[in-house]
Amino acid sequence: MSIAWYLVVSALIFCIGAGGVLVRRNPLVILLCLELMLNAANLALIAFSRMHGNDDGQIFALIVMVVAACEVTVGLGLIVAIFRRRLPIDVDQLRELQG
Amino acid sequence: MSTTTWAWLVLLFPLLGATINGLGYRRLGRVGAGIVGTASIGLAFLCAVGALFSLQGHDAEHRALVSSLWDYAVTGDVDAKLSILVDPLSVYMMLVVTGISTLIHLYSVSYMKGDRGYARYFSYLNFFVFSMLVLVLGGNFLMLIVGWAFVGAASYLLISFWYRRGTATAAGIKAFVINVVGDVGLVLGTFFVLRHSGTLDFLGTFRAVHGGAFDSHNGALVAGCLLILVGAFAKSAQIPLHTWLPDAMEGPTPVSSLIHAATMVTAGVYLIARLHPLFEAAPAAADTAAVIGCLTLLIAGTIALTQTDIKRVIAYSTMSQIGYMIMAVGAGGYVAGLFHLMTHAFFKALLFMAAGSIIGAMAGAQSLDRMSGFRKAMPFTFGCFVVGGLALSGVPPFSGFFSKDEILAFVGNRGGWFVAPYVVGYIGAFLTAVYTWRMIFRAFWGEPCAEARELEHGHLAHAEVPTNPANGEEEDTDVGFPGPEHTIAEWALPMKVAMTLLAIGATVAGLVQIPEVDHVITNFLEPTFADSKYIHDEAGSGLVFFGMALGTVVALLGIALAHRIWVAKPGSAAAWRERFKPAYTLFVNKWWFDEAIDLLVVRPFAAFGTFSRRTFERVVVEGTLVDGTTSVVRAGSAAVRAIQTGLLRYYAALLLLGGAAVLLYFLISAS
Repeated sequence: MSIAWYLVVSALIFCIGAGGVLVRRNPLVILLCLELMLNAANLALIAFSRMHGNDDGQIFALIVMVVAACEVTVGLGLIVAIFRRRLPIDVDQLRELQG
Repeated sequence: MSTTTWAWLVLLFPLLGATINGLGYRRLGRVGAGIVGTASIGLAFLCAVGALFSLQGHDAEHRALVSSLWDYAVTGDVDAKLSILVDPLSVYMMLVVTGISTLIHLYSVSYMKGDRGYARYFSYLNFFVFSMLVLVLGGNFLMLIVGWAFVGAASYLLISFWYRRGTATAAGIKAFVINVVGDVGLVLGTFFVLRHSGTLDFLGTFRAVHGGAFDSHNGALVAGCLLILVGAFAKSAQIPLHTWLPDAMEGPTPVSSLIHAATMVTAGVYLIARLHPLFEAAPAAADTAAVIGCLTLLIAGTIALTQTDIKRVIAYSTMSQIGYMIMAVGAGGYVAGLFHLMTHAFFKALLFMAAGSIIGAMAGAQSLDRMSGFRKAMPFTFGCFVVGGLALSGVPPFSGFFSKDEILAFVGNRGGWFVAPYVVGYIGAFLTAVYTWRMIFRAFWGEPCAEARELEHGHLAHAEVPTNPANGEEEDTDVGFPGPEHTIAEWALPMKVAMTLLAIGATVAGLVQIPEVDHVITNFLEPTFADSKYIHDEAGSGLVFFGMALGTVVALLGIALAHRIWVAKPGSAAAWRERFKPAYTLFVNKWWFDEAIDLLVVRPFAAFGTFSRRTFERVVVEGTLVDGTTSVVRAGSAAVRAIQTGLLRYYAALLLLGGAAVLLYFLISAS
């Protein structure tokens, strides 16, 4: 099967994730969409790895998963903290960090 | 022990003394500080004697020993090492410096007893001796400059020792600023020499000079030597850089005795003698030194005639005597100049100590107008003053007679235009006798003043309210001002011992170098000056004995004149003042040197500074550069701040757009 199929799927998932990050306002959903983007990249990495017959891409994908796990941990922790302090769960209203 | 080890020890002890006194003053207490201070210098003197004997054990050709502890920088043309040069000249200077310093430390033990800054005083004084030894022992220009700057700093610290006295701090600043002018000259001159000789080392430089690194009358060498002379003139208080020395008398009297009479101010003489191969290759610079020395000895002598502050009279006398030395070394009479340096150190230190004793009896007052008739009250001080005065005015067989005569005989023997300095030298000798004995007659003859009468009954005068002798301001006796007690030599054994030893020195030191009889100093210093072209220029015996006779007559005439004006016909001084009114006005105003420097240097610079501050600083620097930079930054940050909305999704969109743009760029450029 041509590599193009895999890449098209990967690009689609990436675009869905990116679109979600841009349009959704709930941080939880944004995190999910980020996860989608990362996994789209993973798919592309593994597809290329398979094409070249080289394991480097797989290792790269594993490392991306580790990083993604860390990111989710921190992100969810933040969301829980925001929820506990009864702040709005809406990224558009969490905008104190501005110039 | 090797000769250089002795020399390193000479350097070590004063530094140790300064450190112990400076750090441990709480533990040491008053007695301890004095003992540490004096003992360290005494040990340094003993080591200097050790170095002398050790050096004499070498052959005459091998009496220039160099020892380096470590290298500071050896790159390309610069060989900066921590090295000392031990040769007859440096050992000679070492002996004079440590010998006189020991006695002055001893004197200070009693003289400064009542002062609250006792340990600080000894720490500074030891530091000064250390610096002076670095100066005279330094084996290259770097060490010389370091020592040169250190003695300037020590001099500043000690002039401003009574730091709550406004006049003293002002005098310290003045001395420091003028000395820094000299330092700059010395450093720039060193660069001129280094450029052509390629080495900082003294012996290497001299080899380069003899080897033809400079052709004769080389402009760079003359310029370098003239700049070095600026350093020498500033340190040795020669015209026109002399105005700090009279003001430096604000320091404690032993400081005036040690730094501003016996040792530091003679550094210029040492410098010219040390660098004599350079100056002989640049005769124009050497002649300049001789002329300036000659002018200084005359001008300072005339000013000394009219001053009323006893310490300032001696200060101007010091200037005048250093003028003789500078004239001698400028003319090539290095041994004569250094011989006078040694005898002068003895009798001038003695005179200052005696003056300190009188000031003690006057409870701090220094004006000759208030002193009279101390002869009976202070016989010992009087004796010291007479011995010092006879030596200073050059009466045989006192030390000053032989040394001054050797200088004048040498200068006269050079012939040509040196006849003029020769004649001026004798005029100066006459003035010396007059002003010295004016001081002695005014202080010791005549009706005893109130303080003298009290002292005759065994009571030391005590000021009800201590005042600044310079301007009469009231003071207290806490730290930063002189202490409550004053001391006179008659009542203090250390002072008496120091003054007695100096008086003996001032009397007999001249006997080591009597024309036609013995030549101890010449023989000792000969290895250093063996390469000098003037070394065999000795005056004929006719000129020498004519000079001696003339010198004696001139000195006695001067004393007779002083006796006539101030003792035989008291009050005739006013008539003399009237008769020579223009000259008196000139002298009493110190030839308006202070005013001239103020007008020519200080005010133009101050005006230029004010102008720069008002126009350049305010408009260009503050207005354009500083304010301009801040407004650019502020505008830039305002623009950047506008992007920072705090909206997370907005940032993400920008990120994605940016990533997409990069991607697009690569796609387009790849196709």
